[in-house]
Amino acid sequence: MTDTDQERDRNKETAFYKFTQQTLPACKPVLTPAWVITIFLFTGCIFIPVGLVTLRASRSVVEIVDRYDAECVPESFRIDKVSYVQDDSIPKNCSRFLKVHKYMKAPIYIYYQLDNYYQNHRRYVKSRSDQQLLHGRKYHGTSSCQPVEFNNDHAIVPCGLVAWSLFNDTFKFIRERAELKVNRKNIAWKSDRDHKFGKKVYPYNFQNGTLIGGGKLNPRIPLSDQEDLIVWMRISALPSFRKLYGRIEEDLDVDDVVVVHLMNNYNTYSFSGKKKLVLSTSSWLGGKNDFLGLAYVFVGSSSLILALVFMLLHLRYRRPYGDTIYLPWNRKSLSV
Amino acid sequence: MAASSRRRKGKVRWSKLYTFACLRPSTSEPSSAQELIGQPGFSRVVFCNEPHLHKRKPFKYPHNYISTTKYNVLTFLPRALFEQFRRVANFYFLLAAVLSLLSLAPFSRASLIAPLVFVVGISMLKEAVEDWHRFLQDLDVNNRTVKAHASSGVFVDKLWKELRVGDVVKVNKDEYFPSDLLLISSSYEDGVCYVETMNLDGETNLKIKRCLEATLSLNEDEEFRNFKAIVRCEDPNPNLYTFVGNLEFENRSYPLCPSQVLLRDSKLRNTDYIYGVVIFSGHDTKAVRNSTRSPSKRSRMERIMDRIIYLLFSILLLLSLVSSIGSLLFLRHHMVDWWYLQLPDDNKVHDLDASNQKKDNDKFFNPSKPVKSASLQFIRALILYGYLIPISLYVSIEVVKVLQAMLINKDIEMYDEATRKSVQARTSNLNEELGQVEMILSDKTGTLTCNQMEFRKCSIAGISYGGDVTEVDLAASKRMNVDFEASQLSIDESDRISQSYEEFEFSVSDFSAKKAVLGCREVLDNTNKGNSRLSEEESVIKGFNFRDDRLLNKNWIHGSNSSEITMFFRVMALCHTGIPIEDDKIIKLRYEAESPEEVAFLVASQEFGFQFFRRTQSVMVLKEFDPSSRMEVEREYKLLNLLEFSSSRKRMSVIVSNEDGQIFLLCKGADSIIFDRLADNGRTYEQATTSHLSNYAEDGLRTLAFAYRTVEAAEYECWNTIFTQAKTTIGPEREELLEKASEMIEKDLILLGVVAVEDKLQKGVPECIDKLAQAGLKVWLLTGDKRETAINIGFACSLLRQDMKQFHLSLSREAESNNQVKAMKIDILHQIESSYKVMCQERNKEAPFALIVDGKALEVALRGDVKDQFLQLAVNCASVICCRVSPKQKALITRLVKEYTGRTTLAIGDGANDVGMIQEADIGVGISGMEGMQAVMASDFSLPQFRFLERLLIVHGHWCYQRIAKMVLYFVYKNVAFGLTLFYYELYTSFSGEVLYNDWYMTMFNVMLTSLPVIALGVLEQDVSSDVCLQFPALYQQGPRNVHFSWSRIIGWILNGVVTSLVIFLANIYILSPSAFRQNGYVADINSLGAITYTCIIWTVNCQIALITSHFTWIQHLSIWGSILLWYIFLILYGALPPYVSGNAFQVFIEDIGPAPLYWIVTLLVVIVSLLPYFAHIVIQRSFYPMDDHIIQEMKYCFKKDIVRNNQMWLREQRNSQRSTHIGFSARVDAKVLSFKEQLHQKNYQFTDDL
Repeated sequence: MTDTDQERDRNKETAFYKFTQQTLPACKPVLTPAWVITIFLFTGCIFIPVGLVTLRASRSVVEIVDRYDAECVPESFRIDKVSYVQDDSIPKNCSRFLKVHKYMKAPIYIYYQLDNYYQNHRRYVKSRSDQQLLHGRKYHGTSSCQPVEFNNDHAIVPCGLVAWSLFNDTFKFIRERAELKVNRKNIAWKSDRDHKFGKKVYPYNFQNGTLIGGGKLNPRIPLSDQEDLIVWMRISALPSFRKLYGRIEEDLDVDDVVVVHLMNNYNTYSFSGKKKLVLSTSSWLGGKNDFLGLAYVFVGSSSLILALVFMLLHLRYRRPYGDTIYLPWNRKSLSV
Repeated sequence: MAASSRRRKGKVRWSKLYTFACLRPSTSEPSSAQELIGQPGFSRVVFCNEPHLHKRKPFKYPHNYISTTKYNVLTFLPRALFEQFRRVANFYFLLAAVLSLLSLAPFSRASLIAPLVFVVGISMLKEAVEDWHRFLQDLDVNNRTVKAHASSGVFVDKLWKELRVGDVVKVNKDEYFPSDLLLISSSYEDGVCYVETMNLDGETNLKIKRCLEATLSLNEDEEFRNFKAIVRCEDPNPNLYTFVGNLEFENRSYPLCPSQVLLRDSKLRNTDYIYGVVIFSGHDTKAVRNSTRSPSKRSRMERIMDRIIYLLFSILLLLSLVSSIGSLLFLRHHMVDWWYLQLPDDNKVHDLDASNQKKDNDKFFNPSKPVKSASLQFIRALILYGYLIPISLYVSIEVVKVLQAMLINKDIEMYDEATRKSVQARTSNLNEELGQVEMILSDKTGTLTCNQMEFRKCSIAGISYGGDVTEVDLAASKRMNVDFEASQLSIDESDRISQSYEEFEFSVSDFSAKKAVLGCREVLDNTNKGNSRLSEEESVIKGFNFRDDRLLNKNWIHGSNSSEITMFFRVMALCHTGIPIEDDKIIKLRYEAESPEEVAFLVASQEFGFQFFRRTQSVMVLKEFDPSSRMEVEREYKLLNLLEFSSSRKRMSVIVSNEDGQIFLLCKGADSIIFDRLADNGRTYEQATTSHLSNYAEDGLRTLAFAYRTVEAAEYECWNTIFTQAKTTIGPEREELLEKASEMIEKDLILLGVVAVEDKLQKGVPECIDKLAQAGLKVWLLTGDKRETAINIGFACSLLRQDMKQFHLSLSREAESNNQVKAMKIDILHQIESSYKVMCQERNKEAPFALIVDGKALEVALRGDVKDQFLQLAVNCASVICCRVSPKQKALITRLVKEYTGRTTLAIGDGANDVGMIQEADIGVGISGMEGMQAVMASDFSLPQFRFLERLLIVHGHWCYQRIAKMVLYFVYKNVAFGLTLFYYELYTSFSGEVLYNDWYMTMFNVMLTSLPVIALGVLEQDVSSDVCLQFPALYQQGPRNVHFSWSRIIGWILNGVVTSLVIFLANIYILSPSAFRQNGYVADINSLGAITYTCIIWTVNCQIALITSHFTWIQHLSIWGSILLWYIFLILYGALPPYVSGNAFQVFIEDIGPAPLYWIVTLLVVIVSLLPYFAHIVIQRSFYPMDDHIIQEMKYCFKKDIVRNNQMWLREQRNSQRSTHIGFSARVDAKVLSFKEQLHQKNYQFTDDL
């Protein structure tokens, strides 16, 4: 026992000694042509298959995108779309016909996509109170919610610009006169529902001001169940973003025509933002995105090419590795 | 017994031996100086033995406390803080922290202030510790004790710091003087004492100080009971060699001169005790006045680093400007339409209801005040993009440097067993500067030499003893042999080789034979008889390193010329000023003399059987070995006259009469002087001796020629009257008369031979200088010593060699005596120009140049208008030796060289006289072997031995330079790569200042997630191992040429950072938006995108450092891969905290990104793509434009298996790598080999002719 202890001590000592003398065992990789070619070939061999697989996944996704913000304004209001959308007296309903060009397997995800909408604007992002969302009116430190903090001296729940500007277009899908079943549950992250939005917090004094922003909330449903709000309040990173609206839980066949009845309530006309409706299936990688697969294939093939080029260069201008001719003192004599 | 012997010695009036000095009136004191006393600048009054009078004004002088600390308790905080915030980056972060208090910042306050406090705190702690060490050192000095007069003749121990002006102190032998003292009396009756001033001016010989006649009697403790006197003198000044004052004692006034003043930091030698009065204390002393405050040095790289920071800062300003202008444009043209922002609009306020009347305080987005908003945005952007400026760079570098310094200190190869000291990196911020040194300015005594003379060789009556073949010869012939073996391997025709081999041997023996013809009849014999120097262990007798059986053990009596040998030894034993120290009952005596050379002679003559064992006023007694009777006999020699040594006479003679009444003049001196004064019949051995002399000089030995003559009694009497008359003359012509008188008798000498003593070099000095020369460093020698000594050492260290063209700059005697500035200047200018002309003409030839400058000439040469020409000449010389230079001049040269050439200079020295130079140079190195600490205190690195400089520079310097360079560049890369992604994101948020990442991700970035690999790189990276560094000193040139830290590299790395940031950001944006990133259809929001992008950054920067690293120990692996792992751990732990702590990072890994395959695939892609450009770059560089270290790495790597070829190759390359240098041992060997080869060639030629 003591022997091994001592031995260990000795080992430790020598390890420390080696450290202080800077003679710790070390691996000193040297980039030889063999290594370089191997690395490039290896990268190529890994990347191209991965790229192809991801590309296949992305291609397997069927996506229908339909921009409706312009078409859904009646001809007479086309010149002044803003006044159309702000006028409550004009009905906002609108129908769109979507033709399915490829078989879509359930679940089919419904997104709305907004372009040129700066949800990530700092003023906008900060204008919320996470504590109030969780604790409701009990929480008073909502100064961050300005300018949508109080209305008629009463606190607004949920406060802040983000909630106030809630997206409020609605969609209904009909195929061959039968309404498609849209599941609007579980569209928000579970952690949000469980930990960020109070189960006993109900909307209060919401959208009662003179300035009406976006959608209203049912004051009888607790915030944790207001999944539209929860989705909306997850700030998007970029000014062009999709947000989940619901899921169609039926398959769509090729050449099916889906009629969308929508309420074109949300004002994107003031800032010439676009509104799109997206129906998309998903793969193990998520939605349709060829970029990743193409990037992989591109990088993989470039590194294969690099391997080739390097191999040729190496054959043409071969520099024997470790050739002492290249040492500075020898090189000098070479040049002379 | 011991006491009695000491008394006897005390009675020998040592000073009497210095016949001239004794009678010389103090001429150095012009009467005009006396009139100055009392005038401004000469107003000091000291009441001797009445220190209490100095407690009140106007005579209140500082006490003897000395402080060299930078700070005290009160000033530490403000001054240290000031120092810290003088750094641009720190100041910027201070501003950022202040602004964060004003809610301007895009981050939380803690995340801005905490790193700043951390960084500044660590730096200040380091300062404090360093200053504390200085304080302890001061404490040590201040608490030394000295005997001081208390009252009524009693002397008590007193601490140095408690001494006051006016105190009477008693200093014992070998003690330092506690302050500047006025010498009252000494243990010698005539009131002289010997002082070693090595710490002040570096001169090794002892100086004599002499008290006034008036105070001579005060040489007992008791006498000071009622002693009172007043000194009026000059005010404190730094001038070491002047002193003006007078002493009022017993109602008379006596003028004082520098010879009555004992300076602090010098040491009492050969004198039992002295009494003195403190006249200057503490910071008034000349030694302290001479010292300058140690400047805080910054390395060259640090200065470049500052410029990098400025560059990054301007990028930062530019980006901030773009952001604020962008923000302004958005605010003006678009944002008003973004209803969802409800921008505060002053025009609309009255439309809103009462509750919303409350003023919206969002100043950043106020369309009615766009300019104000934009400028606020500008400030916010400044803070936001602060990640471009690597705040932790400084702290990481401090940490790395401290660790590097620790490793340097721990290096066992630089540990001196004898003194038990190791290298100390006293300031760690110059480590990398060690790798960029181009010039070494070295002191001589104590640095290169041990200040110890050794008797090495002698030539008596034309026969050289103690070895003839020099080390250079040996090495050269060895090299030739190796060359032949090498050629043997390359050429297969065996018979041709054997032939050439024979020829070579033939030529060597022929060469020796040729030498023999020249006068050394016994060369071959001699070479066998132990020509090599004794090893350290063998030389048991200090000062004697000689082995030749022909002379030792009394064997010389068998020689044919024993009478000459006897005479030779007599000169050696009698012509000196030394005295024996009688060690009780020991047959071998020890000696003390004015110079260590004389001691060496005395020791040697004792070894040869001529023991000088007693000296009285007029008699010298030798124990001689009589060759006829073969018995030891005691002989008395009457000392009639002693003609003193002086630098102008360059000789010394004694006139003695032996027991038979025969009068001899025994003379020793410089060879040229002696040869001029030889009698016609005394030149028998001149030719042989001359050839020996040149051999000795080539080996750097100091030579003295011995000669004698017999003087007829009548002639002596006649001469003696003239001499005595001259001696007693008072006035300016006295010197001249004496000179003439001695000329009269020192003539018609008979040459006996020469001796060669070695100013013993410290261990390994020539080898070290050789390596340094191969590494491309220039070595200049700056010494306070005589020119001859300096040149000797130049030869010994191979800084000079015989075939070098030497330029001597010195003032001609007339110019010197006239003391006319203009004439001197013209003289020097002329010399410089003519030397330069010669240099230009002969540049193409192989012969290198050496410049030897005298101190006085240097003084002129360093004046404004001459200095450029001087430096131009000096820089073009292979080696430069400056002799008799004062400490101030050393510092001045250092500064001028530094400024003129712009190269990094390193000054190395051991004494207080080197302090100025050490402080002035870019790097100051102190030798800690000797007792004086001043040089070490002022230095940046202290070495126990000069030879460690080799390893310190070539290994540690090289490593540290590479490490810091790599580290800084990586830091820049990493911060640019990270900081720019913040900017790109602004483009997508309408420049509103939103951040993609969580605050704490960012705080962690520099603190934890990327810091450890950098530190590991900075501490442990090695391009090649230490033995390879030493094998190929040429690798060192990377530092001076600054290949690793050039601006093209810096810009390259910044661009690499830009590319990386673009790849990371764009790939993430395009892949993750807008479609879903998980199978359940969820899209990536700001939380997920931030975490994913950040993951890519962490992976990329950590993999990048793995690409830079060429030396992986487990520490590097652990830190690199550990950092990446740490990020995931951090993300999981942080995400597990409740949402009000973790904010948008809540469960982001567990729930959002972790389960998404896309996340991992993206990471892989981004990492590979962002590293690809750099990888391609290094592949191309390595394959087609390899650098030195690459090749050597490959050599190590590729030929690992083929050991035979491997060894052969290493040897060959090592030899090839030895640059053709002009200085150093190998250069000398090269020159020798060349001359050998020429001879060989001639031989061949003759050989074929004969055939």
